[in-house]
Amino acid sequence: MADQFPVAKIIANFNGRVSIDSEVTDMACVVVKPIDLVELCLFLRDNPAFKFNFMTDIGGVDFFPNLPRFQLVYHLYSIDFGWRLRIKCPLEDPPKAPTITEIWTTANWHEREAYDMYGIVFEDHPDLRRIYMWQDFEGWPMRRDFPLRGYKDKYNPFGEEKPGADQDPIGDIL
Amino acid sequence: MTDVNIIDQSDDESGQSREVLMNLGPQHPSTHGVLRLLLQMDGEIVKRIEPHIGLLHRGTEKLCENFTYTQIFPLTDRLDYLCQPSNNLGYALAVEALLGIKAPERAQYIRVMMAELSRISGHLLITGALPMDLGAMTTLLYTMRDREMIMDIMEMISGARMHTSYCRVGGVREDLPEGCLERILEFCNIFEHRIADYESLVGNNRVFLARVENVGNITGEDAIALGLSGPCLRASGIDWDIRRDAPYEIYDQLDFKVIVRTDGDCYDRWKCRVDEMRESLKMVRQCIAQMRPGPFLIDDPKIAFPVNKDLLAHSMEAHIHHFKLAAEGFKVPKGEVYTAIEAPKGELGFYIISDGTEKPFRVKIRAPSFVNLQALTRRTTNMKYLADVIAMIGSLDPVMKEVDK
Amino acid sequence: MGSLTAQYKDSVLFTTSENIINWSRKSSLWPETFGIACCAIEMIAAGCARYDLDRFGVVFRSSPRQSDVMIIAGTVTKKMAPIIRRLYDQMPEPRYVIAMGTCAISGGVYNTYSVVQGSDLFVPVDVHVAGCPPRPDALLHGIVLLQQKITGSRDLKQQV
Repeated sequence: MADQFPVAKIIANFNGRVSIDSEVTDMACVVVKPIDLVELCLFLRDNPAFKFNFMTDIGGVDFFPNLPRFQLVYHLYSIDFGWRLRIKCPLEDPPKAPTITEIWTTANWHEREAYDMYGIVFEDHPDLRRIYMWQDFEGWPMRRDFPLRGYKDKYNPFGEEKPGADQDPIGDIL
Repeated sequence: MTDVNIIDQSDDESGQSREVLMNLGPQHPSTHGVLRLLLQMDGEIVKRIEPHIGLLHRGTEKLCENFTYTQIFPLTDRLDYLCQPSNNLGYALAVEALLGIKAPERAQYIRVMMAELSRISGHLLITGALPMDLGAMTTLLYTMRDREMIMDIMEMISGARMHTSYCRVGGVREDLPEGCLERILEFCNIFEHRIADYESLVGNNRVFLARVENVGNITGEDAIALGLSGPCLRASGIDWDIRRDAPYEIYDQLDFKVIVRTDGDCYDRWKCRVDEMRESLKMVRQCIAQMRPGPFLIDDPKIAFPVNKDLLAHSMEAHIHHFKLAAEGFKVPKGEVYTAIEAPKGELGFYIISDGTEKPFRVKIRAPSFVNLQALTRRTTNMKYLADVIAMIGSLDPVMKEVDK
Repeated sequence: MGSLTAQYKDSVLFTTSENIINWSRKSSLWPETFGIACCAIEMIAAGCARYDLDRFGVVFRSSPRQSDVMIIAGTVTKKMAPIIRRLYDQMPEPRYVIAMGTCAISGGVYNTYSVVQGSDLFVPVDVHVAGCPPRPDALLHGIVLLQQKITGSRDLKQQV
């Protein structure tokens, strides 16, 4: 599928601000800085040569301890042409990215999920709250430095001790 | 658990309080699990809906990062717990794409057959559950009766009624047991007539039609913007089905129709599912007819256990491979992949990043129910009354475990 | 007693008040319709045509105020636990709890940051039904066990 897809056209249009990730083999993949993300998404959605009208998925990735630490991965699909495209957007720590809810309504919950799990702040998001965890939950559970079993409390006696407490951890995580 | 707070005292012209904030769920028989809705109501009219999810968030994605590739299969079972083989299939395809292998043809047929059977079982539940939410209890009793037949088949094939975990990377766990195909055919023959029964029992019911027709309409444009997929999208007139447009496994060998309807209301979504069951039945029949004997698991001792168990008694090499595979799992080359399949609820995607070890670096699950449920927040759908919200939830068919992951 | 039973044969039942209270309690166990996750599907299956829980006097009720037994059918998360506790508190006494499935018993495979490691941590559980999910037969067995527990209990003497 990737061979039919005119990625070069995007690169040409963005004049060096968008680059191809050639290590990815399963579909076309471009890398973009957060500052150009909204422009790229609008271009992809509205240009009749692409028509990427279907926003499939947004996922955060944490590359701790490598840098840049965070990455947002967007998957787009063009229902008319049957093309898939991946957009990668590396983020510094603390992570901040522009919202694309104005472009695709569906991005709303996906972005809230990325915020909840990784603490990625989406600027100008209409309703940026935690979506899975309760509102006063502390920490970002999907980050790699967050323990799998969380911290010990009355509901989870197997969790780790909170850092700073003087007892030993009751057991290594998996 | 219904809390009612009067939030607005004097906005109305008559000076009387009108708007109330109402809490629907999480303990409510019509929310299909633990969905909680905050409704801003003006009398019986709904002004604003705010879904609260996450009451079933179990950290599946985090667990995946700590499990080996084979250990993740049982976790995928528990995503959409009505149609486990579909989830298994989606995940297996993603790992196979990373490894650059393909399952043998017989395994592909078995997987597709299982996936289609599970699609029937998933759709059957909602065919009965939507009328039940609207007050018609009888249908659920009938559809659950037929679901039991599918459960029996699943049990016969995999040993478990619900969480089958039957797929493996590179094939399926075991070959089909003797007499299984005959039993599936028997089911097909019985079930064919029953679909018509349900359609006439529910689909012609005046009360049911009044509750679902022209309720919760979603236009095609909105449906795409909301990211809906599966029957919810096709009911709005968008002709897109991954099984046909980007065929995986042996779907290109099968002859089936993609059900598309135009109105995008609750009835269309319900009807779309009923018609899809017919198509699935057709596909199951074709799978059985086209299936040939052959290997059901890939012959690669580094990835799959040997099919011939006697080998373990004689060959030291096979023994070592078996031990390493059981103790450590297999290594997957560095890379990343996104595969999507047409699960009963919509596009189920697995985005896996591998760092070259036995455990995935990141697994992102694109859960169709999660995306579909967003249609509840928007006011473009014409849900006017509280009762329409119930019909809307039922017709979107969210499975909360998949929503919350 | 013997002569009385002979005199009023087949028309009068002699029993202790404790027995008859427990008998009526065990014969109409009304659980709450409250499915959380996968186990709920098996709970529905147990209530529907083939397994038919109704013949044990088990009829699902939608309100905690009307129910005697709570079947915790699924994974309980930390976000959900206070709500379940509140539902439990809303049920009239005597009330019973069945923890259905491995997740409800111990958290199961989901030993993660958001899952409660066993319903015992927030409600008293009477019967544990193991399995992931338990078959409907297993749930039936759990309910029969609960009935045995009820017939064996001595409510009137405990009140002193």
